[in-house]
Amino acid sequence: MQVFLNNEALQTEAATVSELSEQLSLPAMGVALAVDGKLVPKASWADTPLHEGARLTVIKAVCGG
Amino acid sequence: MFSDELLNYNWDETTEAIAAKTAADVERALAKTRLDVDDFMALISPAAAPYLEQMAARSRRFTQERFGRTVSLFIPLYLTNSCTNSCVYCGFHVANKMARTILTPEEMVREYEAIKALGPFENLLLVTGENPAKAGVPYLSRALDLAKPYFSNLKIEVMPLETEDYRELTRHGMNGVICFQETYHRENYRLYHPRGMKSNFEWRVNGFDRMGQAGVHSIGMGVLIGLEKEWRTDLTMMARHLRYLQKHYWRTKYSVNFPRMCPAENGGFQPNCIMSDRELAQLTFAMRLFDHDVDISYSTRERAGFRDHMATLGVTTMSAASRTEPGGYATHPQALEQFEVSDPRSAEEVAQALRRMGVEPVWKDWDAGFDAIHRAAH
Amino acid sequence: MQNLIIAGREFSSRLFLGTGKFRSNQEMQQAIEASGTEMVTLAMKRVEMGDANDDMLAHIPHQSLQLLPNTSGVRDAEEAVFAAQLAREAFGTNWLKLEIHPDPRYLLPDSVETLKATEALAKMGFVVLPYCQADPTLCKRLEEAGAAAVMPLGAPIGTNRGLRTRDFLSIIIEQATVPVVVDAGIGAPSHAAEAMEMGASACLVNTAIAVAGQPAAMAAAFKKAVEAGREAYEAGLPAQIHSLEAQASSPLTSFLND
Repeated sequence: MQVFLNNEALQTEAATVSELSEQLSLPAMGVALAVDGKLVPKASWADTPLHEGARLTVIKAVCGG
Repeated sequence: MFSDELLNYNWDETTEAIAAKTAADVERALAKTRLDVDDFMALISPAAAPYLEQMAARSRRFTQERFGRTVSLFIPLYLTNSCTNSCVYCGFHVANKMARTILTPEEMVREYEAIKALGPFENLLLVTGENPAKAGVPYLSRALDLAKPYFSNLKIEVMPLETEDYRELTRHGMNGVICFQETYHRENYRLYHPRGMKSNFEWRVNGFDRMGQAGVHSIGMGVLIGLEKEWRTDLTMMARHLRYLQKHYWRTKYSVNFPRMCPAENGGFQPNCIMSDRELAQLTFAMRLFDHDVDISYSTRERAGFRDHMATLGVTTMSAASRTEPGGYATHPQALEQFEVSDPRSAEEVAQALRRMGVEPVWKDWDAGFDAIHRAAH
Repeated sequence: MQNLIIAGREFSSRLFLGTGKFRSNQEMQQAIEASGTEMVTLAMKRVEMGDANDDMLAHIPHQSLQLLPNTSGVRDAEEAVFAAQLAREAFGTNWLKLEIHPDPRYLLPDSVETLKATEALAKMGFVVLPYCQADPTLCKRLEEAGAAAVMPLGAPIGTNRGLRTRDFLSIIIEQATVPVVVDAGIGAPSHAAEAMEMGASACLVNTAIAVAGQPAAMAAAFKKAVEAGREAYEAGLPAQIHSLEAQASSPLTSFLND
C-alpha cells in the first residue's frame, strides 16, 4: 500500500505503525509520530494499523538552539 | 494575595535594615535610575538627610521628564460621615456623639453644582465612612451616575469592596479607587481598628488585589503617618506593596498619598510620631526616585507654602478648596470635619500660586469618552 | 548565588545552552560539560527516507539535564501546538521552548502567534518558555497566558551583537513575576555578564559558544561570566558616581528652613 511519509509517497508492506518504524529503522529515542495529524504515542504503535493513503508525520531529535 | 507576600517581610528586620543604611547606600541609590526597595529604604533613612538637596534635584528632574511642569487638581466630596468603625484616631469614630449625615441624591447634585462654582474642577473624589447598609454599592452607584454629567474623572475613597463591586462601580463611571491601608503592622493594626469591618487586616490589605483583579484603572495607596512610631518601616512595606501591585496588575496606574497626623490639641488620639516637613519632603523625593511614574498626591492637610514648593519638586496631584465635612460645599457647611484643612485657599488662589511657581495647574486630563464602558454604551 | 526556580524545578546553573551549529557531537558534549549547564535546547526534524542515523542524543546526558525542545520551524500557533505534542512524545518532557518565527530571514518571533500558542499549551499542561520580542507588554501578556518564564531577545538571533534591547530588557526584568531568560544575540561573555548584572534570571547561549574557536573553552568562559554577573547583581552593584559633590547652597530645599 502507499502511505505518505512527511509528504513523500512511500510503498510499504507494513500493517502497523511499529512495523513501519522497523522498516525505516527509526531510532529508539527521540522520535515521535503522528498519523493523519494525530499523535500516536509509542506505546500504541503496535496496535495502530496503517491504511492506504495514511499521512505520517515523523520527527526526530536534532541539535538546535 | 498581598497578605501572603507580606509574610515574607519581618517588621523588626526591616526597621533594623533601614537604621543600618549608610551614606554609601544613599549615594548608590542616588546614582541609579532604576531603584529597588532597598534603595528606597536608604533614601528615607536618616543617612539620607544630608542629601536632601540632591534628592530634590533628581526628584524634580524625573518628575518633569514624566509629567512636565504640571500638577493635577482635584476636589473631595464627603458623602457621609456615618461610619460603623471605631478607628481610634478618627473623628468619625462610631462612638463619637455627633450629627451623622448621609447626603440624599438631591443634596449630592447641589454639592456637585456648588463645586463647579468654586472652579473648573473635573476630577472629583467621593468619600464615605464605612456603612455598607446605608452607603453601600447602590448608594455609590447613584452618586457616580449623578456626578458623571458634571465631572470627567471620578474616584472613590470608601471601605474595601468585593471584586464584583469594583466592577459594578466601574460600570457606573468610576475611574479610580483610593484606599489607605493606614498601617502594615498587622498586630498594631488591630489595636487601632478594634471593632467593625475595618478590624480585619487581611480584608483591607487584599482589597488592592481585588481592585486590580477588577481592572480598576487607578489605585491610590497610603499609610497614616503618625500611627506607627517607625514610619519608615511602614512606608517601606507600602513600597513593597506598590511593586507587588505593579507587577501583578500592570494595566493599572498607581498613586500614593502621605497623610500625616498632627498632634491633637484637646485630648483625642496622640500620634506616635510627628513627621517634620523636612522628613515629608525627603519621603516624597525618595518615592519619586523609587518610582518615576507614580502619582504623588498632597491634600489640604498640608500648608499652602509647603504644597506650592513641593509641586515643583515631585508632587503631581493636589486637592484644592477642600471641605472635609459631608455636604460641606452647599448642604451642611457647618458639620464636623474629618481632619483639619491647613490650606484654606480657594481653587483660583491655588492655581495662581502654582503658576507663580512655574507649574501649570491641570483641571482635566481625562475625558469620560475614554472610558471603555462609555464607548460600549454608544 | 541563589538557585533559579522555573516551574518548580531548581537550577544551580543560570546558563542554558543551545545545541545547534556545533562542528561535531563531540564538541557539543564537551561544551555542555564545560558550561555546567543544567538545561539544553534541542530541535526536531522531519525524518526522511535514507536519513543517516544521528546519535546526537547519546552525547547529551539527558538523565541529569533538563531537555528543552524547541518548536523551530513552525509558522503559527496551530503548528506550534502540534509540534509541542510531538516534542513531548519524542523527548519525554513537557518543557518547551516555544518559538514561532514565520520570517526565514531574521527568525524574528511572531508575537501574536506566540501569545496564542502559549495560552493553548499552558492549558494543555506544557511548561512553556516562549522566545519573544523584548516587548514588556507582550511579556506581561505571556505571563498571564501561563508562560513559566519569558525569553526576550537581546538582538537578532545569531548576530552576536549583545543587548541591543537593553532598555526594554530592564523594564521586563523589573515587571516580571516569572524568570526572564535573555535569549538570542548574546555574543560574548561580557554580554551575558551584563544581562545578569541587570537582574536577568538566566541566559541562553548557542552561537557564540558553538562557533567559537574552542567551544568548550568558550563555554567555560560563559559559565564564569554568568556567575560573576549574577553574583554582582545579588551583591548590589555600587554606584557609578557622576556628580554628587556636596553643594554649599540648597536652592531647592531652602524653603524647608523657613
